[in-house]
Amino acid sequence: MSLIRGRRLLAGALTLVAAAALAACGSKTTDTDTAAGASADVSGDTVKVGLLNSLSGTMAISEVTVRDAIMLAVEEINAAGGVLGKKIEPIGEDGASDWPTFAEKAEKLISQDRVAAVFGCWTSASRKAVKPVFEKNKALLFYPVQYEGLEQSPYIFYTGATTNQQIVPGLDYLKAQGVKSVYLVGSDYVFPRTANKIIKAYAAANGMTVVGEDYAPLGSTEFGTIVNKVKASNANAVFNTLNGDSNVAFFKEYTSAGLTAATMPVVSVSIAEEEVKGIGTQYLANQLTAWNYYQTTPGAANEKFVAAYKKKYGADKPTSDPMEAAYVSVHLWKAMVEKAGSFDVEKVRSAADGITFEAPEGLVTVDGATQHIAKTARIGKVGADGLITEVWSSGQPIKPDPYLKSYPWASGLS
Amino acid sequence: MTAVAGPPVTDLAPDASPPPTVRRPRPRLRAAAGFALGAALLFAVAPLVLSDFRLSLLAKYLCLAMVAVGIGIAWGRGGLLTLGQGVFFGLGGYAMAMHLKLADAGPGQMPDFMQLYGQLDELPLWWRPFASPWFALPATVLLPMAVAFGLGSLVFRRRVRGAYFAILSQALAAAMVILLVGQQGTTGGTNGLTDIQGFFGYDLDDPVNQRTVYFLIAAVLLALLALARQLVQSRYGELLVAVRDCEERVRFLGYDPATVKLVAYVTAAGMAGLAGALFVPAVGIISPALIGIVPSIEFVIGVAVGGRATLLGPVLGAVAVAWARTALSERFPGTWTYLQGGLFVLVVAFLPGGLASLLARRNGLGPLARLGRRRTEVAG
Repeated sequence: MSLIRGRRLLAGALTLVAAAALAACGSKTTDTDTAAGASADVSGDTVKVGLLNSLSGTMAISEVTVRDAIMLAVEEINAAGGVLGKKIEPIGEDGASDWPTFAEKAEKLISQDRVAAVFGCWTSASRKAVKPVFEKNKALLFYPVQYEGLEQSPYIFYTGATTNQQIVPGLDYLKAQGVKSVYLVGSDYVFPRTANKIIKAYAAANGMTVVGEDYAPLGSTEFGTIVNKVKASNANAVFNTLNGDSNVAFFKEYTSAGLTAATMPVVSVSIAEEEVKGIGTQYLANQLTAWNYYQTTPGAANEKFVAAYKKKYGADKPTSDPMEAAYVSVHLWKAMVEKAGSFDVEKVRSAADGITFEAPEGLVTVDGATQHIAKTARIGKVGADGLITEVWSSGQPIKPDPYLKSYPWASGLS
Repeated sequence: MTAVAGPPVTDLAPDASPPPTVRRPRPRLRAAAGFALGAALLFAVAPLVLSDFRLSLLAKYLCLAMVAVGIGIAWGRGGLLTLGQGVFFGLGGYAMAMHLKLADAGPGQMPDFMQLYGQLDELPLWWRPFASPWFALPATVLLPMAVAFGLGSLVFRRRVRGAYFAILSQALAAAMVILLVGQQGTTGGTNGLTDIQGFFGYDLDDPVNQRTVYFLIAAVLLALLALARQLVQSRYGELLVAVRDCEERVRFLGYDPATVKLVAYVTAAGMAGLAGALFVPAVGIISPALIGIVPSIEFVIGVAVGGRATLLGPVLGAVAVAWARTALSERFPGTWTYLQGGLFVLVVAFLPGGLASLLARRNGLGPLARLGRRRTEVAG
């Protein structure tokens, strides 16, 4: 008897595996072959676009705001008649703060949903994971977050700042303020490590000294040792590339060690309005940030953006740089498609050069060669109301230079 | 769950998972028929009905299932709750990915990310052997086995058991992630090793080659299942169960439980390593996010959902959990984590023996638990 039992279990189990696989497949008829390069499906009166952000996991808190900003742009465009007469149909997927999941979902959006473009990703690791997927399928990704540069994929448009639009101006500002020594504090992943390499090269060429460099694991909240080292170093300023929760612990520790913006200012590149709210303004008073956009940036386009965002998501919701860049990316894609007269990826790419948009941060221009955009750099100071106000700006958009080719001191970096 | 020193077998806690079904070897023909059916499903039905995208997802699930087969042996049979299989999966995956990155870069060249983040002038010494497939391929299995052997010989001899072993194995996973992330210049850091183009001369972008990778994975999974079946039905398999249920008795009978457990642990590590190695061409990425504490626990959850004490339960569970993750997150991108958590609770609450026990009930076989307990008594 046991013999039969065993065999049935085996056979039944295998059937279940197959059933699961079949169910996963869904309806086979709508599946398309990725072999064909999966061109976008624009046969109906709508055009699908993919939204790929982490809705769960550690990055969700930041990435959900980006998704909200993308949705706002989609609604605006649809209300104004859509793109080439077609309404945008957004398809959302959850990257789950997990890089291989990002790759899986990107593949799904491209080959199953046949979207015309994908908007999203936050961390560099997620971008690196999906990059081969977009290149293989010749599909478009719009990446809205400032990053470490040194990348230029033909199938990615980078609408956040590259290093010469954020970190280098930040260093220029410190240099102009007479800062001679900096201490580098960052989370332990690609962006801070690469940013710090650039900072060290800049410092060496500009008569600054880097008196210390420390990394904390992502999500770490133990900063006693690092802050003590920072204090003992007597640096003129701190360059902070910490990400996420770690900033809360770092600034609390920093403040309780008696360090302030007056004694030793901190320039942060990952703290925007949303994060200021989380850290608490009392710990951040008068500290510096480097971005391309603040909620307080003047201009009619920004007033409209902030008002629309608050109307849709609540008056207490601040707008921030990555949200703005995500919002802008949808509008830029629309302009590219309309100039190309087609949703075809290659046509859109070749139409991209010189596309401009009156963005909340001011006029932005797409650089076709690098597929980055020219952006104005802005140094801001955190105010008591939790908003960030500009203390310095580059005055005009800075041309993107992801490989820092125009900076002689950076020649050894790439 | 694990060996309780002293008390007779009948005193097993009532909530203990179903003890093993120690079976006499069955006629070869019947097992062969089962495997033939499995092969038919994996090799004929799935490729026919699934699109390339879904087939590549199935390939990924099957890799996770290989890890599960190993956990089924170590935990289901041997009672070793290993919460660090990600380490072995990662070792296999990184060994394979390092070889493929070097092969992509071409002879004498360095992988792209090293110049970007490491600013290295030449390949680090410890990367060099991986340029040879004759080193890298065996390493995907032998390296995890060696690490498992080292850790296992230390802890099993010292009679580290139960929760202490679980914590130790988990600490290993955490340590490995910290090590990989910290050495960004030579390991790719949090990005891991991505953008893998070729697989021993075949272009991985080509759907035909992706299909071939799937077939390779399916074949390896079936082979591992056959191996697991042999192992479980051998005298060693019974000894392993005996060690799980009453380690002291086995010791008094003159066997060394440490060696018995070590073999199971090393086998599970080897299977996880092989799974990691095959995961790389199927998915095209290996990163610390795949091998840390959370994915290591997810491996165990899959096995628990499927039924850890059966041969096919772990495979079913791993595939079902991974599939549910994909299906739920596609349909409910905002709330799928709650749904997945709810499913786990349901399975653990109502099917403590896992999906495999559901299957057994449907076939009118009665609960496996009772079956197994009676048998164990006979065996005891």
